[in-house]
Amino acid sequence: MSSAPPAIASDGLGKRFGRQQVVADLALDVPKGACYGFIGPNGSGKTTTIRMLLGLVRPDGGSCSLLGEPMPSAAASVLPRVGALVEGPAFHPYLSGTANLLRVDAADPTSDPATARSRVGSALERVGLSAAAGKRYRAYSLGMRQRLGIAAALLQPRDLLVLDEPTNGLDPQGTREVRHLVAGLAAEGTTVFVSSHLLAEVEQLCDHIGVMREGRLVAQGPLAELEGLRAQRFRLQTADVAAARGVLSGLGVQDASEATDGLAGSLSGVEPERIVRALVEAGVAVRGFAVVRPTLEEAFVELTGEGFDVSG
Amino acid sequence: MSAAEVSVRRRRGSFGRLFASEVHLVFGRRRNQVGLLVLFGLVTMLGVALKVSAMRHPGDRGGDLFSLVAGNGVFLGFAGLTIEIALFLPLAVSVLAGDAVAGEANLGTLRYLLVAPVGRGRLLVVKACALGVGALTGAVLVALAGVLVGVLLFGAGPLITLSGSQIGLGDGLLRLLLAALYVAVGLAALGMIGLFISTLTEQPIAATVATAMVSTLLWILDAVPQLDWLHPWLLVDRWSAFIDLLRDPVFTDRMVTGLWVDIAYGAVFLFAAWLRFRVKDITS
Ligand SMILES: Nc1ncnc2c1ncn2[C@@H]1O[C@H](COP(=O)(O)OP(=O)(O)OP(=O)(O)O)[C@@H](O)[C@H]1O
Ligand SMILES: [Mg+2]
Repeated sequence: MSSAPPAIASDGLGKRFGRQQVVADLALDVPKGACYGFIGPNGSGKTTTIRMLLGLVRPDGGSCSLLGEPMPSAAASVLPRVGALVEGPAFHPYLSGTANLLRVDAADPTSDPATARSRVGSALERVGLSAAAGKRYRAYSLGMRQRLGIAAALLQPRDLLVLDEPTNGLDPQGTREVRHLVAGLAAEGTTVFVSSHLLAEVEQLCDHIGVMREGRLVAQGPLAELEGLRAQRFRLQTADVAAARGVLSGLGVQDASEATDGLAGSLSGVEPERIVRALVEAGVAVRGFAVVRPTLEEAFVELTGEGFDVSG
Repeated sequence: MSAAEVSVRRRRGSFGRLFASEVHLVFGRRRNQVGLLVLFGLVTMLGVALKVSAMRHPGDRGGDLFSLVAGNGVFLGFAGLTIEIALFLPLAVSVLAGDAVAGEANLGTLRYLLVAPVGRGRLLVVKACALGVGALTGAVLVALAGVLVGVLLFGAGPLITLSGSQIGLGDGLLRLLLAALYVAVGLAALGMIGLFISTLTEQPIAATVATAMVSTLLWILDAVPQLDWLHPWLLVDRWSAFIDLLRDPVFTDRMVTGLWVDIAYGAVFLFAAWLRFRVKDITS
């Protein structure tokens, strides 16, 4: 692996709004070139984290850096290399899509005015908005607005894209297009940091994930590694529950719990073959034995606690 | 092409480009265009009212500014500034100031400007300059409306000053322009108060109302004789001093002091806006 600095790093990052600790002790590590899915239920602090990374909100504690430079002190030199979509699109309603993008481009002191029009045109084309380029923003549909927000992030070639729920409000076709677009950018070497509360989306798109729960990062790493969290479980169908439990604990499988028609629990590293043989040899009447792997969705719900309930 | 290969140096002229975008935004907005029309319309109404009264009472002339209009249309420019300086022009500036930061925060566009990254100080300076342009446009438009409507209704010619002497038309127009500039500086100072208020809220209407209230309160305080010790310190106290341009020779003492007061107010509140905006959490 290269020793390139991580695209995003943070250490002990925290933010409190009033009495609520919204983000606590966050240690993000997004490797350069990664496509990082930042998932967590509503209100878990994803947007607040993104705001801190981009210098919109001042952390109470800790530090963070983008592309190896400290934020927010290096904002002027780093942010031109970062495209961002933060908590949905926001534009002037009475300006056209083109005029809005030109304004965003004018705000960046490093952008080249000579190429502004052509860059705006190709950004609009990339998100499929060319036909509506001259329309006033207030006449845009929800999905068109979202696309314009993504176009604003693509006005320049970027080293890092920070996209907060980029497919929010898009139709299935639009979702696919955006996913395709992001995958293409990631393939070109752009580091992508995408937040979502939809695990399925992140699973398809990303190679790294970080899971937020109540302002804390409860898991982070390459997707393949986190798949390991999906410990294998068994389901045993039997009438002799007490006897079966005795055999299982003899094998070191401790946490078996009563299921509707038998027992269920984690394999705890014991091979299923051994369990079945031991059960049969002990004379337990086995009606059925199955090894199940929880879906990533189930693992995610486990990690984030009470599932998708809003906390705070 | 990766972004690292693209220059992230600041380009020359980038401030001008952002400033042009800001001016375009302010003047392109329908509501602001209507506001300018209203400022123009008020002067027109004043002109028509003076014309009607001049026709009903011909030859009945006092020595005040409004009576002078009947003799020379150019005076309508000064009269227009006089009637709009207390409420309508400050209101117009308050509307622009409310939009400046709170309006962008309300729309959410503020966060995209900041991640562009516009730079907080740079954005504030651009907003302040645009408010200055807005103030200047309002004051000059009122003066210009006065000349157009006045000359149409009453004709032009040499002007009789408040001191009774006569000055040429060109001299009169020049003095009117100076009066408009003087008024614009005062309005721009009010704009800085509004800009500061605008950094405190995400509601543009709240910022507009608060700024208009500040201006109105200052006028009220300035009108209470018991508070005459306070008057020299009030922003609006010398705003009407542009009328000294109609004396012969021009009396500049009050206007010079007035300009200093405007500049002091403007600087203090622009600085306050910077202190606030520099560290503000943008959660909109
Ligand atoms: N300006 C604010 N003032 C007070 N509390 C806030 C503020 N902004 C966010 N919060 C709180 O911080 C918590 C995290 O909010 P945040 O927007 O970061 O969540 P999120 O993970 O992005 O959620 P979602 O998936 O719904 O977008 C929430 O409980 C929210 O109520
Ligand atoms: Mg969010």
